[in-house]
Amino acid sequence: MMLLAVDWPLVLEKTILISVVIGVSLLIAMYETYAERKIAAVMQDRRGPNRAGPFGILQPLADGLKLFFKEEIIPNTSNKFLFIAGPGLAMLTAMMTSAVIPWGGTIEVFGREVSLQIADINIGILYIFGVVSMGVYGIMIGGWASNNKFSLLAAIRGASQMISYELAMGLSLIALLMLTGSLKMSEIVAQQYNSVWNVVYQPLGFFIFIVCAFAECNRTPFDLPEAENELNFGYHQEYSSMKLGFYLFAEYINMFISSAVMATLFFGGYDFPFINEANFSPNVAAIFGTVALLGKIAFFIFLFMWVRWTIPRFRYDQLMNLGWKKMIPLALANMIITALVVLLKQNNWRF
Amino acid sequence: MQTLTNKAKPVDRKPMTFVEKLYLWNIFKGMMITLRHIFKKKATISYPEQKREFAPVFRGLHVLNRDEEGRERCTACGLCAVACPAEAITMEGAERQKGEEHLYREEKYAAKYEINMLRCIFCGLCEEACPKDAIYLSETFAPSNYNRKGFIYGKDDLLIPDPNKDPEGYAKARGGKVNF
Repeated sequence: MMLLAVDWPLVLEKTILISVVIGVSLLIAMYETYAERKIAAVMQDRRGPNRAGPFGILQPLADGLKLFFKEEIIPNTSNKFLFIAGPGLAMLTAMMTSAVIPWGGTIEVFGREVSLQIADINIGILYIFGVVSMGVYGIMIGGWASNNKFSLLAAIRGASQMISYELAMGLSLIALLMLTGSLKMSEIVAQQYNSVWNVVYQPLGFFIFIVCAFAECNRTPFDLPEAENELNFGYHQEYSSMKLGFYLFAEYINMFISSAVMATLFFGGYDFPFINEANFSPNVAAIFGTVALLGKIAFFIFLFMWVRWTIPRFRYDQLMNLGWKKMIPLALANMIITALVVLLKQNNWRF
Repeated sequence: MQTLTNKAKPVDRKPMTFVEKLYLWNIFKGMMITLRHIFKKKATISYPEQKREFAPVFRGLHVLNRDEEGRERCTACGLCAVACPAEAITMEGAERQKGEEHLYREEKYAAKYEINMLRCIFCGLCEEACPKDAIYLSETFAPSNYNRKGFIYGKDDLLIPDPNKDPEGYAKARGGKVNF
């Protein structure tokens, strides 16, 4: 019977952590929609939502309420099970990535050391990549189950875009992993914690990664799958009500998570710059770290929106050219140069 | 190519230069432009709280005027209805009875005076046609309504408040633009 003994405090601790992380990602995704509209507004010399509550901060709630009350239309010819599963899958894959991101250091609660990371698995980045590639299924299933040729075309376009950019993204990461020598997220952060951030060693890698992250999140300039103004929303054209809301929401969660991944991999994760955390008690240091991570994430989210409201989207041939003929060779070159330098360094800078 | 004005720009079909092919520099330039716009003055006016002032020539809802003793000026001559290109004005005249001298200025008055605000194009020709200065266009516009009947304005909607009984309402309805 001892084999089945359960470490109840651990279960409790992880349950609380998971609920907090999911709650926070949903909350942040909610306010990303608000921030998006506000940033779009100020960049176009407008005011943005300012009616629901002070400064319009209740706007996301009003939007959600509206989506819930809208008529839910399921096309007769659609595959009903997959039609409903599509948005759910998009949401699920968006949320699952948050499991391996270290949201902070360790805190002490009732004498227990609690790590602010849900699962510190040793293939952290591979897990993220696996889950992100599953995100294609949300798009594909949604587009296919609608039984509408335009949705299907948009879904195919989206899937090929995501697959194309995943390659360059993976190649840019390989260079980073050669430096860190570990796939474990907590290990990567710990290395940056004590020295400089990875972006210093891998500026080109970071650049490729961020461009590919834009493409993976279907954000402008790569938002061809759902070019809302001319292609009529693409793969979720047949969706209405909260199912549409789920797709849109999943996009914002994806944006939050990919910002978190970028901050973790390249910008030191929960490392607070210019402050020696050893001066504080562990709890205070952990809180500072989480705040630092959230600040970095906020900056990246702002960058996502800033780019969206600045540039128009690429044509499909430009998108594919950029992905296959520019990003992948660049990432390969970056990888080879990094490999050479790492080898030289291991050989004490002798050929 | 010769252009007619100096505003026209011929389409540039040169192949992209290397810097343009990289997109990066141009995207960066664009981002700086949008960043500058964050700090610019907003063009929006928060409408119900703040209102933009109308131009002095603005033509809004009609007002039927009274004279300084508070008598209606309209004599139901029908010139406004004739002048109206949209045929929005209908009226019925009536004879002033004894004892009504304090209500109507002249022997004939409009018993019914209706303007269909959905037909009206707010051209102001009625204002120009009126020989008695009885009608003019104010600085307000018709509020929205759920049915068409609500847009047919009768005498009680159009008449200006009595200057002797309600001087404030009279001044407000008259606005700052018209002098009699």
